[in-house]
Amino acid sequence: MNLQLLFFARLRETLGVSRTSFTLNAPATVADLLGALRDRGGVWATELAAGRNFRIAVNQEMADLNTPLSEGDEVALFPPVTGG
Amino acid sequence: MKITVQTEVFDLNAEVTALHRNNPSVGAIATFLGTVRSESGQVSEMALEHYPGMTEKSLAAIVQEAQSRWAVLDATVIHRIGPLAPCEPIVLVAIASAHRGEAFAACEFIMDFLKTRAPFWKKETTTAGGQWVDARTSDESAAQRWNKP
Repeated sequence: MNLQLLFFARLRETLGVSRTSFTLNAPATVADLLGALRDRGGVWATELAAGRNFRIAVNQEMADLNTPLSEGDEVALFPPVTGG
Repeated sequence: MKITVQTEVFDLNAEVTALHRNNPSVGAIATFLGTVRSESGQVSEMALEHYPGMTEKSLAAIVQEAQSRWAVLDATVIHRIGPLAPCEPIVLVAIASAHRGEAFAACEFIMDFLKTRAPFWKKETTTAGGQWVDARTSDESAAQRWNKP
């Protein structure tokens, strides 16, 4: 399946990308996507390591590791929010 | 209900006037204005980034949740993005209701959830360079207390 990945704030800067297309074998969950991204190694493996503090949204709704992914989904990764 | 994410400064008085000008049911308006803080003058600039689309949806859901808990007659939420200087306004939450109790409570509730759920991120510039602001556990605690029975 084809996904649109978005990165914000510190993650955007550290990973050096704000938006990218990504292909993943179906069926897949958020956990599968994170595993595939960590397999890129380097900052991807360290920034997205289990236990690191970041959030995931699928189609602009907060998600967790078990959230299923579908063709065309927009998946955003970002640090805990600090607005207001 | 008005929810806006914008770079431009807003006019608090105009926003408050708009909430009660044509609505005689309104008897109370509570407002919260957040401004850029620079403790000890260390921060020269605060840049605000957000997630376009999700931000507006998230703010609308927070306001709707407040409306389900209190008799809110109208609400305005304006959050600025982009580079801001110390002392500039960042965020306005203005709540109109018949009586003050509901306006105060809804205003505080919306701010607590805006700070912990809406996808905004602050980056401070100091003499040491740029630094992303860390999320505060006290903000999460403030949001959690609304879940108590």
